[in-house]
Amino acid sequence: MELWYSEMHTKDVKMSIRVDKQLYSGKSEFQRIDVFESPEFGRFLTLDGIMMLTEKDEFIYHEMITHVPMAVNPDAENVLVIGAGDGGTIRELTRYDNIRHIDMVEIDEQVVEVSRRFLPQTACRLDDTRVTINYDDGLRFVRRKHNDYDLIIVDSTDPFGPGEGLFTSEFYGNCFDALTENGILVNQHESPYYSDDAKAMQRAHKRIKELFPICGVYQAHIPTYPSGHWLFGFASKAVHPLDFDAERWNALGLETKYYNTELHKGSFAIPNYVKELLENAM
Amino acid sequence: MNQNNAPIYEALLKYREERIVPFDVPGHKHGKGNPELTEFLGKTCMEVDVNSMKPLDNLIHPVSVIKDAETLAAEAFGAAHCFFMVGGTTSAVQSMVLSVCKAGDKIIMPRNVHRSAINALILSGAVPVYVNPGVNERLGIPLGMSVRDVEEAIKAHPDAKAVLVNNPTYYGICSNLRSIVRIAHANGMMVLADEAHGTHFYFGENTPLSAMAAGADFAAVSMHKSGGSLTQSSFLLVGENAKVSEGHVRAVINITQTTSASYLLLSSLDISRRNLAVDGKRIVGKILENADYARGEIAKIGGYYAFGDELVNGDDIYDFDMTKLSVHTRDIGLAGIEVYDKLRDNYDIQIEFGDIGNILAYISAGDMWKDIERLVASLAEIKRRFSKDKSGMLDHEYINPQVVLTPQAAFYGEQVSLPIEESVGRVSGEFIMCYPPGIPIVAPGELITKDILDYVRYSKERGCSMTGTEDMNMERIKVLK
Repeated sequence: MELWYSEMHTKDVKMSIRVDKQLYSGKSEFQRIDVFESPEFGRFLTLDGIMMLTEKDEFIYHEMITHVPMAVNPDAENVLVIGAGDGGTIRELTRYDNIRHIDMVEIDEQVVEVSRRFLPQTACRLDDTRVTINYDDGLRFVRRKHNDYDLIIVDSTDPFGPGEGLFTSEFYGNCFDALTENGILVNQHESPYYSDDAKAMQRAHKRIKELFPICGVYQAHIPTYPSGHWLFGFASKAVHPLDFDAERWNALGLETKYYNTELHKGSFAIPNYVKELLENAM
Repeated sequence: MNQNNAPIYEALLKYREERIVPFDVPGHKHGKGNPELTEFLGKTCMEVDVNSMKPLDNLIHPVSVIKDAETLAAEAFGAAHCFFMVGGTTSAVQSMVLSVCKAGDKIIMPRNVHRSAINALILSGAVPVYVNPGVNERLGIPLGMSVRDVEEAIKAHPDAKAVLVNNPTYYGICSNLRSIVRIAHANGMMVLADEAHGTHFYFGENTPLSAMAAGADFAAVSMHKSGGSLTQSSFLLVGENAKVSEGHVRAVINITQTTSASYLLLSSLDISRRNLAVDGKRIVGKILENADYARGEIAKIGGYYAFGDELVNGDDIYDFDMTKLSVHTRDIGLAGIEVYDKLRDNYDIQIEFGDIGNILAYISAGDMWKDIERLVASLAEIKRRFSKDKSGMLDHEYINPQVVLTPQAAFYGEQVSLPIEESVGRVSGEFIMCYPPGIPIVAPGELITKDILDYVRYSKERGCSMTGTEDMNMERIKVLK
């Protein structure tokens, strides 16, 4: 018997992973949630059939979405994480002792429950005493905050579905208002490769650029995401992503599998076609 | 037959099942003759875009399924008769005026009516007796009519045939309809309600009184606004005790209404009536909940004033429709129309209208909670990024008109075209209005004043879409010779 999970990366491109068994399938108020066990990628979580993370490659995404901004502002104390129900981003953040408080805002409680049950690899630090989990809409939550956070990480799904509001100008603007003077906004920034993803990327970039004086895009290679080429957005009011103290970060002695301070610099060097897409973002 | 039926819809389903071969109009023949349009609108839609025929009845002379659907709608709205209208509520308003007023007859109405009501006067030759609506000083908006003013107008014009009432205004404000009906009837006058914005009054709990429940004789009800039917579809209701025959009203409607009524529109009225009759209380309850939530959140932003039933004063704000999310914007230094433009241009949000000092976001059964969040978040952003000092801003939406001629006499009178800035002191032959809301600043027959031109200039500068004159740019206006 062959059992395969498939995701359409475009209407003409399909990625498939052989599955040993399905561990969970459920429908929450917001989306369908599935967890599978696979020989190649270990366990993996999908929302509405779209790949969120696999045990084998999640480290790439979670290290890049956290260590890049933390290296730029190692003094960050108050952090807001939007989305991230699987806990991977929280796991990386809780490795920093000087972080005093993390507000996690996840719209779907069931994603957190399922992650706790089936994905301990990422959900392992959700009970850290510094973490407050808020089950709320990210847009609503952040609108009520002013000058509160040193770092906001938007670890969202794609802009089609429950994550839609997290790719809007009003959301980025509300984040701007919620950030402190040296605050940084990092967001999951879609992929430049396939045209639908690229359009979402352009829209996000255009909107962030209108609001933040400093903004850049950096990349990582994530095998199970469409095209494997994934981007993150870095935006801030005052701090530049390449103006950071590498020695200070290295002195923390954090062990990482993907991130290092050399790669940090390199990840902002993006291909010409991506530069062009960003420059022409309408 | 009961409210769970939808006779027109059911007849169309049956028609489709029977696979009738069409040798009648429309010529696209179930879409087969126009593949591009069928691709765009969908095959199921094109298959029921058909013409009147025996099994589907005929709107100009209903005897079977349309008659049944109209009967069910009348029952659901507490009316003696319901006419399905396919020319918008504009045609419903005009038909009710034409049903009761002949040339030279007087009709009492507030001046802040929709242009369709004044157009009805051009068609009929009826003479308006305007009651100035109250004006809220802070918001600058025209309100309802006070009962005392209506009473005085009735005393001064005992020969008037009817009183027309907005129930509610675009902003959600209601007059004391029950008292107006009582006084009008006691003086032998009919009451016509423009309920373009009041469909949900018939089904909601805690919504203002509907015209039929208040005993009005006619109501023009925009089913396509809060009722959920397709754009352009509407109801004309006739009250239980109205002294007018069904046949007369239908004859009036048939003067201007098409003889090829769209079954897409008719079935949408039928299905929407069923939906409201069966589930209306819950639907309206949900709308009220969403509007209340949004009002509360907008209040927390500060600067904006999302007004509501705290304005109710027992007089010219007798009641307020809490489904209307009207927001006063002048205190953040932006005209309503500027907030309207920014919502669309910067935040991809289209609202119903923005005028000089207010915006209106239309809340309905179709809203998702996350879209309400986007609206509120965007308003917070607009305040943060764009708010200004408010000095020098115009503070009124409404200028009391000076009527010189009836709308009909002015419209058909001898006219000359002038540059608009040279028109002060002349009698206008045309309308001037911002659209939406479509309430005339000047109607045909009214004096053009400096105040009015200042208002027009200001509205243009702020980006209002000005309509009404033949000149598309409103640089010239036709005035009476």
